Amino acid sequence: MSARTWNVAGLALVGVIGLVAMIGLPQWLELSSLLDVTVYLILAILALSLAVVWGYGGILCFGQSAFFGLGAYAYAIAMFNIGESTIPFVLAIALPAAFAALLGYFMFYGRISDVYLGVITLTVTLILFNAVNSTAGPEYRIGEARLGGFNGIPSIPPLNWPGVPDSALDLNDLFYVSIVLLLAVYFGLRWLLVSRFGRVMVAIRENEQRTGFLGYDARLYKLGTFALGGALAGLAGCLFANWGAFVSPTIFGLGQSAQIIIWVIVGGRGTLIGPVVGCIAIQWLTAYLGSAQLSKASLTQIVGPTVANVLSSTLGIADFSNTNLVLGAVLLAFVLLVPRGVMPTLRDLVRLPFARRRPARDLVPDKAEGTT
Amino acid sequence: MDLVLVLVIQVLFAMASLALISVGLAVIFGMMRVINLAHGEFLMLGGYSAIVANQHGINLWIAMLVVAPLVVGAIGVLVERTLIRFLYGRMIDTMLATWGLSLFLIGLITGIFGNTTVGISAPLGGMAIGNYRTSIYGLVVIAITAVLLVAIYLVLRHTRVGLLARGTMQNPNMAAALGLSPPKVYAVTFGVGAALSGLAGALIAPISGVFPTIGIAYIAKAFITVIGGGAAILSGTVTAAALFGAIQEVATYFTTPVFGVVITLAAAIVLIRLLPQGITGRFFKRWL
Amino acid sequence: MTERALLLETMDLGMRFGGVEAVSGVNFRLTEGELRCLIGPNGAGKSTFFKLLTGQLFPTSGKVLYRGRDISGAETHEVARLGIGIKTQVPSVFDGLSVRENIWIAACRGRSTRRANETVDTILSRIAMVGAADRVVGQLAHGQRQWLELGIVLAAEPELILLDEPAAGMTHEEVARTAELIREINRTRSLIVVEHDMQFIRMIASKVTVLDRGRVLVEDSMENILRHPTVRDVYLGKRVAA
Repeated sequence: MSARTWNVAGLALVGVIGLVAMIGLPQWLELSSLLDVTVYLILAILALSLAVVWGYGGILCFGQSAFFGLGAYAYAIAMFNIGESTIPFVLAIALPAAFAALLGYFMFYGRISDVYLGVITLTVTLILFNAVNSTAGPEYRIGEARLGGFNGIPSIPPLNWPGVPDSALDLNDLFYVSIVLLLAVYFGLRWLLVSRFGRVMVAIRENEQRTGFLGYDARLYKLGTFALGGALAGLAGCLFANWGAFVSPTIFGLGQSAQIIIWVIVGGRGTLIGPVVGCIAIQWLTAYLGSAQLSKASLTQIVGPTVANVLSSTLGIADFSNTNLVLGAVLLAFVLLVPRGVMPTLRDLVRLPFARRRPARDLVPDKAEGTT
Repeated sequence: MDLVLVLVIQVLFAMASLALISVGLAVIFGMMRVINLAHGEFLMLGGYSAIVANQHGINLWIAMLVVAPLVVGAIGVLVERTLIRFLYGRMIDTMLATWGLSLFLIGLITGIFGNTTVGISAPLGGMAIGNYRTSIYGLVVIAITAVLLVAIYLVLRHTRVGLLARGTMQNPNMAAALGLSPPKVYAVTFGVGAALSGLAGALIAPISGVFPTIGIAYIAKAFITVIGGGAAILSGTVTAAALFGAIQEVATYFTTPVFGVVITLAAAIVLIRLLPQGITGRFFKRWL
Repeated sequence: MTERALLLETMDLGMRFGGVEAVSGVNFRLTEGELRCLIGPNGAGKSTFFKLLTGQLFPTSGKVLYRGRDISGAETHEVARLGIGIKTQVPSVFDGLSVRENIWIAACRGRSTRRANETVDTILSRIAMVGAADRVVGQLAHGQRQWLELGIVLAAEPELILLDEPAAGMTHEEVARTAELIREINRTRSLIVVEHDMQFIRMIASKVTVLDRGRVLVEDSMENILRHPTVRDVYLGKRVAA
């Protein structure tokens, strides 16, 4: 089977699964479970934003949560001031995109190397976190909206259909909006990748110098990619603010950034479906661990009584449900053992029996990694 | 006059604490080109080591100056042998793996000690400068940092190990050329960097208290100091710490402590944009 | 031969790295349609010279004129858009993409998709890689990568092509084919070729510029260069005998 056939088959499969989920889930699930699924869908959009920036654009962004948070805050603040959601929705996408473009201009036109890019984007999220976190006092307000500092902004009004202020979306509607937008983003990105822009973007990831020799301004393409990533993360942020009707500075935190990175690593850089799968799997895992209270009793079932006793008596560890511990272990394991991620590895396994030649080398960005 | 003196002490303290929390990271980055995202957690472990040792009856100064560096240094060697060594030459993977380590350590320590702040009161009390009071411990931290930096200078300048280290900074193959096994050099370097971080974490523990996520508060500051400083371990750390420490204190004076940090980080990003090789990439090139 | 227009000119071009002058006071002129070979010992400044022409380095003194227009200080992509293509010493290609995609990226800038596809097919047959079109470039042998890079450069249809050691690492047969291809390219384009292989330079027979320690030592036809005593001393030595 040719690569083309696989592509079409993959697209069709995603489309079918998407349609089945859209029609089926609201009928099969309780509202509370549907709400859980909705947040996975929203975060999957966030995962896709980094999948394109890092996996295809080759831009090491350690601070994708900055744009996610900006989107959420932009929506919340605009909503309190305007009351009708069309403009807030647009702002939630445009503002992070503009901020990404500004930051991108600063970094790409300054020819800052990959590694420093990671540190700078990380620092930016910390700046936002610190700044927003300290705005608890009543003097920090934008128009009608109080920023609330570390308390966050509660009771954010929901989206309404454009131009109809009374038609607020209920939780069922939010599910439909989220899944439609996720599918739209996924297929939109697939289209982008076969477009001229997308191909040049991948070429720049492969060899930036050569694209320059061919007359492409790599800085401009990277800027575009980065801004697109910012816009998508902002969209996810807007939906996220709707989902919980609440936003707090932890959305900018290092933990949030780490999660996005982990989704992409686990799913696989250089694929789109991988980060979506990675996101849903990791979110489900952390939610499960959070509810399961992996205490000494359940630990005993997993590792046996001896190990459990040693662990809990020598270290005094009583609570293993801790997200950081699990996420850290997952990240370490994948970087060391499965650096390509789950989907590319699976894909090769599935295709192997059909392949005439060896499977194509995977397109993991592995560019020259100098610091100087 | 008294106010000026107090302000000078504050600025000096800001500079010293920046240099202190960064120097371990600088050693690891300068010698090995490894960006250790678990650096903040090494600081955190240093703080916990000192406090736990102190709780077990060990003299606080010994706990801070001896136990903490030894414990964290040993952890550093362990981390290098079990993790970092598989990733040499893969700089981005190293960053990701150490980020994983950072989360893992935060989780582990939360599991052991709980998500609460463990305090330890700063020794030595305070003293009066005219109408103002300042903590003597702060002055001690400034002094210890100065001694530490001078000691590092002397080691780099006048010992065989220092010569080797300088050679390795210039050319990574130097150690091998001199017949030393690079793995050993790397393990020792990482251990020394970790030990310095442990010492720093212990020394700041009495000021800020210790809690599992305290590393996050320091990581960005340490990074901008090291990257802002550039490849030269000592002069880079000192110049960048002096610059950012001054910026932070002045900004804090005019706004709030939080915005002082925010302004410092923003200034650092601008500096990295202007001098991608760091301060020592442009100035003080031949320094250590 | 009629008087042709001046295509590329450098005026007193110089590049210092710290205390080292890699290129100094180079006055170089290339007319349209010319094929020029650039030779010189290691460290003579050939690669630096190419980097100055393509915007990878900005000269510390002097300037580069392309069709009378000052391009010193222009970015790499701007130089490329003016019509200068370069094949680097170590093949600079897109390793993760297929041969066809590699050429397509070069062919599609500023052209319609249909034109680009036509160009890809033409180039593929010209560099004899139709059969390998769907192979991933990272898996190709060194000689094939060299040819592919030449194909990429051609697909962008530049007026002036810079080739840095196009025959390096090739078998004897491949060298002969490459020489033939370069002569064919020269019918419609101007070229500057850096090479070490004297046999190869004889095959493409042209005017030769010898660089030494950053300066132009001599500029003449191949036969005269071979007889030139200083050139024999600094560079050619035993190789001429071969």
